[in-house]
Amino acid sequence: MADIVLDKVSKSFPDGTVAVQDVDLEIADGEFVILVGPSGCGKSTTLNMIAGLEDISSGELRIGGQRVNDKAPRDRDIAMVFQSYALYPNMTVRENMAFPLRLAKLDKATIDQKVDEAAKVLELTPLLDRKPANLSGGQRQRVAMGRAIVRQPKAFLMDEPLSNLDAKLRVQMRTVVSRLQKKLGTTTVYVTHDQTEAMTLGDRVVIMRGGAIQQVGPPQELYDHPRNLFVAGFIGSPSMNFLHAAVEDGKLRTALGDVPIGDRIRRELEGADAPRELILGIRPEHFEDAELIDDEARARGMEFTAPADIVESMGSDKYVYFTVEGQRASAAELEELAADAGADFSGGGGNLVTRLSAESPVQEGEDRRVWFNLEKIHLFDPSSGRNLTLHEGRSAGTLGD
Amino acid sequence: MADTTTRAKLRWGLIDVIVVVFALVPVLWIASLSFKTPATLTDGKFWPREWTLDNYKSIFDTDQFVRALVNSIGIALIATLIAVVLGAMAAYAISRLDFPGKRLLVGVSLLIAMFPQVSLVSPLFEIERQLGLFDTWPGLILPYITFALPLAIYTLSAFFKQIPWDLEKAAKMDGATQAQAFRRVIAPLAAPGLFTTAILVFIFCWNDFLFAITLTSTERARTVPVALSFFTGESQFEDPTGAICAAAVVITIPIILFVLFFQRRIVSGLTSGAVKG
Ligand SMILES: Nc1ncnc2c1ncn2[C@@H]1O[C@H](COP(=O)(O)OP(=O)(O)OP(=O)(O)O)[C@@H](O)[C@H]1O
Ligand SMILES: [Mg+2]
Repeated sequence: MADIVLDKVSKSFPDGTVAVQDVDLEIADGEFVILVGPSGCGKSTTLNMIAGLEDISSGELRIGGQRVNDKAPRDRDIAMVFQSYALYPNMTVRENMAFPLRLAKLDKATIDQKVDEAAKVLELTPLLDRKPANLSGGQRQRVAMGRAIVRQPKAFLMDEPLSNLDAKLRVQMRTVVSRLQKKLGTTTVYVTHDQTEAMTLGDRVVIMRGGAIQQVGPPQELYDHPRNLFVAGFIGSPSMNFLHAAVEDGKLRTALGDVPIGDRIRRELEGADAPRELILGIRPEHFEDAELIDDEARARGMEFTAPADIVESMGSDKYVYFTVEGQRASAAELEELAADAGADFSGGGGNLVTRLSAESPVQEGEDRRVWFNLEKIHLFDPSSGRNLTLHEGRSAGTLGD
Repeated sequence: MADTTTRAKLRWGLIDVIVVVFALVPVLWIASLSFKTPATLTDGKFWPREWTLDNYKSIFDTDQFVRALVNSIGIALIATLIAVVLGAMAAYAISRLDFPGKRLLVGVSLLIAMFPQVSLVSPLFEIERQLGLFDTWPGLILPYITFALPLAIYTLSAFFKQIPWDLEKAAKMDGATQAQAFRRVIAPLAAPGLFTTAILVFIFCWNDFLFAITLTSTERARTVPVALSFFTGESQFEDPTGAICAAAVVITIPIILFVLFFQRRIVSGLTSGAVKG
């Protein structure tokens, strides 16, 4: 067991692609860290550099305090679970799991005991004599996990280990992975595409974009206090609504009406090179049917009227899509996110996704009065993507000071 | 549905039978001729009226055929071994690495395969006489390797491309050295490809007539296909057909053995279950 430190680690491939750029990351002993980001952002490359399967172009990688840049994978004592499982097809499940132990030259009795133990934890005991070809996807996945845990390595690396499973199995395996990691307390770096895995599994989440880290923090912190537009749009499903906002007379002119701003933000916007156009971000759950709002809450928010396009009742709450007029919010980040998700991210002159209480009597097609919470609003600089509402790591809406 | 599948099966079965019969009749005919006496040789009957083993005895009577058999087996085995080893290394590089000139290498090896062999026969003859390779084993092994290599590289790189390379990475993560990863994980998976290629190359070397007839002159290096063409009867007036047929039957046996021996190792779908998707 050990901590893993990436110190200004970069990777450029021979063809000139810079896949990872100056990544600084400290992973504590026993911590479960998730790497997440759109396709091609360098997650696998980062993981492979930690594993030793890719050379590090510059920077330093330390495992347990020791520089390991030039060590072969076998000398790093790290286990890896591959997206493809990478089981040895010519060996039985038992042989697959025993393989790392046999390479470590353990004696037969110890190997058998360790394999049986790991098989029991993963409920693989009845399958030990089968070949991988005769296993289901979930079982293969568990064998791959078993092969990683048998030799009690310093750390686990997992590259999208659940992405080949169907939705139901994935949920099941997610809890298996989580329980296993807690039980073993082994440092784990886990790459995923999946929002839910990122939010539920890790102690901390690392969001990457174009080879660089955007933000590192516990999942809830990333959700509540995104440092920039990219993080805000990436975390959360359905994702945050983004609206174009023009700064005029100390107010923000938006498709939802004129939004007042507090002193601190006003001061920021008074600078000579301050942007005149902003992007306003607000999450679906920070809207509510105006009928259901008490007076105290009403004071903290604002209201607008818009036609409800689609109402999706989820039982516990209702997703309501409104059409609002106005200019589209545009920024490079939003286009990138849209391309990755295959969805339209630009609110304003488009759809607004809201999550209202189940009690809301809203009907499709009718005009509805909707309240939203000003304390939960985020404002972004469209050119740099920076979250202007963020102050000392916290975000307190437009009114905060 | 069931009706169409049974009809489809019948149709395919019929086609298969026709193909097999078409391919086997000449072979069986030769086998039948090899058991006939000289008197009944031309009677046109498929089933010999009088059975005899004289033809087989006669070919083993003289040293000529046995020497040729030894030459054939030795030359084909050595050429196969070298071509498969070299081909495996080249195919591994082609399927695994990106190096400058890769496309050129593949293109050139294809060019060699397409080059008409007959146009190379006279230059080779001259070269080998100058170098003292004429009528020796290496004199045949070298051209066989040259022409078998493109074949070996192509089949092997097709096989290597199917091996999921994540397995090699996994082995390294599990603590294997590069050599251990190759020996314990990659080699067992590449085995069917190696055996298939070995069979193809062996058959190519075994059947060659063109190089064998031009690059040999005596029993030192003469292979069976050529030796057959030099068969004569015991006297000038005796027809050697029976003996040639017997020899033809004898020389197909090593090939059948070779294929049967390796076929058991060609387990299809050996890599299934390694990776998903
Ligand atoms: N061998 C290579 N040569 C050149 N460029 C490469 C190589 N491998 C990866 N890249 C590039 O490096 C970047 C990062 O790749 P990487 O595989 O780390 O992405 P990823 O975040 O894991 O993506 P995904 O979520 O799709 O798996 C990509 O732009 C990719 O095209
Ligand atoms: Mg990846």
